[in-house]
Amino acid sequence: MVKSTNDRIANAVVFIILLVCGLVAVFPLLYVLSVSLTPFSEVLKNGGFILVPRSITFDAYHKLLMESNIPRAFGVTVLVTVIGTILNMVITALMAYPLSRKQLPGRNLFLMMVVFTLLFSGGIIPTYLVVKSIGLLDSIWAMILPNLVWSFNVLIMKSFYESLPEELFESARIDGAKEFRILLQIVAPLSVPVTLTIGLFYMVGHWNEFFQAIMYVTDRTLFPLQVVVREILIQTQQPLENADNMTPSETLQMASVILASLPIIMVYPFLQKHFTKGMLLGSVKG
Amino acid sequence: MLLPGLIYYIVFKYIPMYGVIIAFKDFNMMDGIWSSPWASPWNKHFLTFFHSPYFSQLLTNTFLISVYKLLFGMIPPIAMALLLNECRIRWFRSLIQTLTYMPHFLSWVIIYGILLALLSQSSGLLNQWLKDAGGTAVPFLTSTSYFRSILVGSEIWQNLGWGAIIYLAAIAGIDPTLYEAARVDGAGRLRMIWHITLPGIRTVVIMLLILNLGHILDAGFEQIYIMYNIQVYAVADILDTWVFRTGLQQLNFSLASAVGLFKAAIGLVLVLGSNKLARRWGEGIW
Repeated sequence: MVKSTNDRIANAVVFIILLVCGLVAVFPLLYVLSVSLTPFSEVLKNGGFILVPRSITFDAYHKLLMESNIPRAFGVTVLVTVIGTILNMVITALMAYPLSRKQLPGRNLFLMMVVFTLLFSGGIIPTYLVVKSIGLLDSIWAMILPNLVWSFNVLIMKSFYESLPEELFESARIDGAKEFRILLQIVAPLSVPVTLTIGLFYMVGHWNEFFQAIMYVTDRTLFPLQVVVREILIQTQQPLENADNMTPSETLQMASVILASLPIIMVYPFLQKHFTKGMLLGSVKG
Repeated sequence: MLLPGLIYYIVFKYIPMYGVIIAFKDFNMMDGIWSSPWASPWNKHFLTFFHSPYFSQLLTNTFLISVYKLLFGMIPPIAMALLLNECRIRWFRSLIQTLTYMPHFLSWVIIYGILLALLSQSSGLLNQWLKDAGGTAVPFLTSTSYFRSILVGSEIWQNLGWGAIIYLAAIAGIDPTLYEAARVDGAGRLRMIWHITLPGIRTVVIMLLILNLGHILDAGFEQIYIMYNIQVYAVADILDTWVFRTGLQQLNFSLASAVGLFKAAIGLVLVLGSNKLARRWGEGIW
């Protein structure tokens, strides 16, 4: 096929617009990174525009790691993410598997129960009172249990399980396998892609957790990363407890932003494909 | 197998729904939900809210922010999907996809940090440019005239690439013979977009639009809570943020629950109504 000039122009236009979109997506982060590495006086001198820092300093990172709550908060967030994601996955699978089996008695009622929570909720105050009354306030469980299962993920997993051939289950049953065994040894290995996707969704959710932490946690030693970073961001005058520090605040603020987003950005390229797959799974089947 | 999941749903979803009765009571912590006296008249807290000056302000803010996000937030991802679909260079296409999906995984705290770097009055990039050009610094983040644009803009930035995924999926589902037939008939690329691609994704667009209508009272609690400050309450305070402050910071549980229930009830009606509408449109179109 011969390429017409028109086609070539169109290709070029598409190319340029997409390039701009790509730059718009990454530029802000690169800028933040550059600010975090540059001495503050330089930031001001250069009119702020420095994508490649002229002089680099790790002062801000050093300060954050030695003198702030960031390392502790990092630990809290990792703990919540690991425990939370594992529990999320186990309970979601245990919920989705029975719901995917047509022979479950009361299946429609249970399904209704799950779907209804997507439409209506008691609201934040009554939920807070429940969390308070079972004594979860000020514990890391307050950041895990109230959001243990996302109904939407149950529905995605359920529809995936339903797409597995029925004969598989029948033959397993004839061989004498009970439901737990079927789930563990037959269904689980077949559903690695969907499990991975949903696990990643839960994981990012925990890493970015903010809402439950500000609702249920007042003990400063249990603050997760996002909460601590926001505190650093809104304290413009004295970023840390000791007021005599020499590193001006914006460099510190941006360093904290980079520290909190680094893990996500580092694992992101490897996970991206799975996310896309999962999103499509959810949208086509959900 | 269902048991752990069911316990979760009952404790964290259904007990709070029962807990909304405190909206009709004069709740106090000492007596608990059951023994607190009933409010008199029963709708006292609702009346207080309806007659307060907050009522129209909160409703306007919630509604406007949602509608802006809906109007301005839908078109960029559609355009993005069209552009990506037109892009003929494979590696470039996947590079741009990878870059533009990424902001979706950053938390609002991180995005707020980025906004600070770009827009803060003292050292933000944009204000440095303004000052260099001889202008004066603009307090973008604390001014009522910019706040909503910043909310909507940052949401578009976060969701540009990610939102395109579902439209790309819809485009992929279009019968390729349609394009061949059009090419034989001498249609150019723009004509093919206009007559084949856009009608091909029309159902998805309308479906998403209607489903989003159901969540019009949500407006995005976390984003607003993280970004707003006392100077912009007048344009930024929404139902959810007000409930949070009134309930958990001023300990006015009953009033906050009443407002939460009001919001949840309207949300339920909207979701059910728009679902019905979606079905009717779904049949009406093809």
